[in-house]
Amino acid sequence: MSGNGLTEIRWHGRGGQGAKTAALLLADVAFKNDYYVQGFPEYGPERMGAPITAYNRISRREIHVHSNIYHPDYVAVVDEGLLDTVDVTAGLSEDGAIIINTAKTPDEIRPKLGGYKGKVFTIDAKKVSVECLGKNFPNSPMLSAVVKVSDIMPFDEFLAEMENSYAHKFSSKPEVIEGNMNALKMAYEEVKE
Amino acid sequence: MARKDRLSGNEAVAEALRQINPDVMAAFPITPSTEIPQYFSKYVAQGKVDSEFIPVESEHSAMSAVIGSQAAGARSVTATSSAGMALMWEELYLAASNRLPCCLTLVNRALSGPININCDHSDSMGARDAGWIQIYAENNQEVYDNLCMAYPIAEHKDVQLPIMICQDGFITSHAVENIILNEDEEVKNFVGEYNPEHCLLDPECPTAVGPYSVTNYYFEAKRAQAEALKNAKQVTLDVAKEYAKITGREYGLFEEYMMEDAEYAVVIIGSAAGTTKEAVDRLRKEGVKAGLIKIRLFRPFPGEEIAEALKNVKAVALMDRTESYNDCCGPLGAEVSTALYRANAKALAVNYVYGLGGRDVKVSDMVNIYNELQKIAEEGKVEEFYRYYGVRS
Repeated sequence: MSGNGLTEIRWHGRGGQGAKTAALLLADVAFKNDYYVQGFPEYGPERMGAPITAYNRISRREIHVHSNIYHPDYVAVVDEGLLDTVDVTAGLSEDGAIIINTAKTPDEIRPKLGGYKGKVFTIDAKKVSVECLGKNFPNSPMLSAVVKVSDIMPFDEFLAEMENSYAHKFSSKPEVIEGNMNALKMAYEEVKE
Repeated sequence: MARKDRLSGNEAVAEALRQINPDVMAAFPITPSTEIPQYFSKYVAQGKVDSEFIPVESEHSAMSAVIGSQAAGARSVTATSSAGMALMWEELYLAASNRLPCCLTLVNRALSGPININCDHSDSMGARDAGWIQIYAENNQEVYDNLCMAYPIAEHKDVQLPIMICQDGFITSHAVENIILNEDEEVKNFVGEYNPEHCLLDPECPTAVGPYSVTNYYFEAKRAQAEALKNAKQVTLDVAKEYAKITGREYGLFEEYMMEDAEYAVVIIGSAAGTTKEAVDRLRKEGVKAGLIKIRLFRPFPGEEIAEALKNVKAVALMDRTESYNDCCGPLGAEVSTALYRANAKALAVNYVYGLGGRDVKVSDMVNIYNELQKIAEEGKVEEFYRYYGVRS
């Protein structure tokens, strides 16, 4: 969190991967931890697979700004293929960090980051998701990694709020709650710096 | 007891509508307002409201159905954006001239072409002379509060006019932010029952709605309509005062931010006002006397009050999120310039077109505008009154 009590996060993903949902979920849990929040997507001619951007502002003070985020503290990349086509580190604070969904290590992925000098974290969200949920839903593991790296809130409080949201969201299929919770916990352990 | 929540602008509108529980909603979906009828029709299906939901086949029909039901004596609402509003064009005038206090929750979106789904104010600004009351919001809290106040303003016996509650497409409609909600009972009591003086379903007092008006009467009808819109200004203030009693949130005709000793002012509408506040805060730290006026009520236009608020500034930027295609000024530029001229104001004014089709407005953009105002004040003249900000040459 920067000096003025504001954390700004930019999400890069592809339409259908849940980057927008992850941003909205993060806003949700931060709200429940008494933060002022914003969670919003940047809309264009959206379609499955097209690059999309979503944003979070999380602050202890009321938020008035309604622009996109150009100087984020953290960047989350849900699809590593975007590293070849999107300037994901544009404006990213060197005191902040980038979190990338990939099977590679931070050292292996850093050459693709255009000389970014800040911290690089990787998480194999696909592996975590497939192991815990049987399918590739990268957004829950990515969310967990972002919460860990940004240290926005204590992880146990994050888990407790997520369990509440899942209980609400999956009230008609409670069997998937455990898998999602496991994905959050496993992702927390699997983040590499 | 107020409830703390986090909602998008569209969710906030749907929540206010659930609490208002209007008799009829007729709507046809269009981005970015689609979620409003989507959420509301769910409330209807779940029995959370008593409303009749009419899924019409076009926006022309949506506003026609709203006019019909409102004339029958039912409190009615619709939601739309951009081309949807354009298709309502004739009906907008009918709702106003027939003095039907229905409500349109508008999510501002650019009008074609080229086709674009993002925010500017070209849709509602095009309809600024249709005879509707227009109220704009900076964020989800304001659009929620404005909607809670909409019917008490529109239905007031001195007004009886339709009301447009506007918010910025995507920028607020799809952004989740903190919000404080009223209790259902508070909204229900505040809005009250709709008891029209005249309605079609009153067998004791048969009435005609929308008959032909011969030349001998038309002008008087329009003059009476203008008087009703004029009355909406005081009623908007009175309703806001009552609303503040239950919520603690105060609203005027416009918001003044750091205007008390301001030398350089921006007059702006919608979500960019919040971004401008941040620019004002930064400039104030550097000792620049920057201030902001955020328009809430655009129709009727509070010209005298705005001229009074601007009387001590050296330079002012009038920000229009629409192009008027007149090579002269935008809608806000025209209204404020007229007001300043009438008040013999000394402020040097400049009119910017900005943010069309969702072009993002950053804090640094607004700082640039204030820097330009300082330059204008220093030079003591405005070379080019009508100009553009943020467009590539």
